[in-house]
Amino acid sequence: MLASLVIVFREVFEAGLIVGIVMAVTAGVAGRGWWIASGVAAGVLGACLVAVFTGGLSELFGGSGQEVFNAGILSFAVIMLTWHNVWMARHGRELAAELQAAGKAVVAGSKSLLALAIVVAIAVLREGSEVVLFLYSVAASQGGASWDMVAGGFIGLILGSLVCLMTYLGLVTIPTRYLFAVTSTLIAFLAAGLAAQAIAFLQQADILTALDETVWDTSWILSNSSYLGSALHTLIGYVDQPTAMQLIVYAATLTVMAVLMKLFSAPVAHRPRTA
Amino acid sequence: MTGRALTGNSLRIGATIFAAALLALSASARVRADDTVSLSLVLKNHQFDPAEVHAPPGKQIAIHVKNLNDIVSEFESNDLHFEKIVPVGSEVTVYVHPLQPGRYNFYDDFHHATQGYLVVP
Repeated sequence: MLASLVIVFREVFEAGLIVGIVMAVTAGVAGRGWWIASGVAAGVLGACLVAVFTGGLSELFGGSGQEVFNAGILSFAVIMLTWHNVWMARHGRELAAELQAAGKAVVAGSKSLLALAIVVAIAVLREGSEVVLFLYSVAASQGGASWDMVAGGFIGLILGSLVCLMTYLGLVTIPTRYLFAVTSTLIAFLAAGLAAQAIAFLQQADILTALDETVWDTSWILSNSSYLGSALHTLIGYVDQPTAMQLIVYAATLTVMAVLMKLFSAPVAHRPRTA
Repeated sequence: MTGRALTGNSLRIGATIFAAALLALSASARVRADDTVSLSLVLKNHQFDPAEVHAPPGKQIAIHVKNLNDIVSEFESNDLHFEKIVPVGSEVTVYVHPLQPGRYNFYDDFHHATQGYLVVP
């Protein structure tokens, strides 16, 4: 029971942090509940599919199928998060005004909600596929699911969901006028962390080999295996022993995002122009 | 006016980063040493066999792991930067960049009692 509890908790905890952030980012936007729920549902479905096909997936790309798949969906999540932040930089002010005026933003948020729902789906898919694989495998080795395992998994799911709820509740206590800045920053670091993870997959598959030496080792301060280490890994991409390429891609993602947000930011209204 | 100048700067910064990224990627196409060291492990009774493997310093290493447990594993290492699912009965391979002398830990992320070491003299 303890094994399934720990594994399920750990994976739900990681996905829950991301879902909690997305819930806070979209607080007050009409229809966001439906979008996030759809993202979770799509992620669960995807997790089951990935779990079923893991064997076949591994064989693809000369044995590097898992890595290529992970790097691919992580990159896609990075693009979606970037797109969201750029979109918010452009429309955030209207959205906030609309929220204050009507209490709810009606249509303004829906495009951006799709991007975030995809991010939720990818987070749930990645962590969920490990849960499904593990629980299925335990069940298979025991000749069937046991109550122990189901109970452990259920408690893990509840505890992990609490983390999601706490992340959300913690973030929404931030005053509205700062919330946008805080969540944009969180999303930027989240994206940078996911990009660095994608690099790690390409490096372990021998697809990307440049600058793959470890730059520093902070595992003696905070190990990636600890709960705090893995929470920070999920949130801001903390890696106790990063490679040079991971650091470069991390910094590049943050910079590109900042540049794009600046380029596409909403023009200041009624600014007199000099011809 | 300042807005325009800022945009120009942003573009320049963006272009520089893009160029740096391209350069870094093209460097990855460098000729690889043919002498990759191959190490083979099996997972059996929730233990790595052998639980300690050795490799020379400064050479790329390929670690092959075959899962003979009756349960799925995730072969993972923070020290060596990899994480990979090893389905029951399957063999997977991960690649490790050339290493300095040291003792590097790896483990089964689904069963943390399963620990192993790669030693580089």
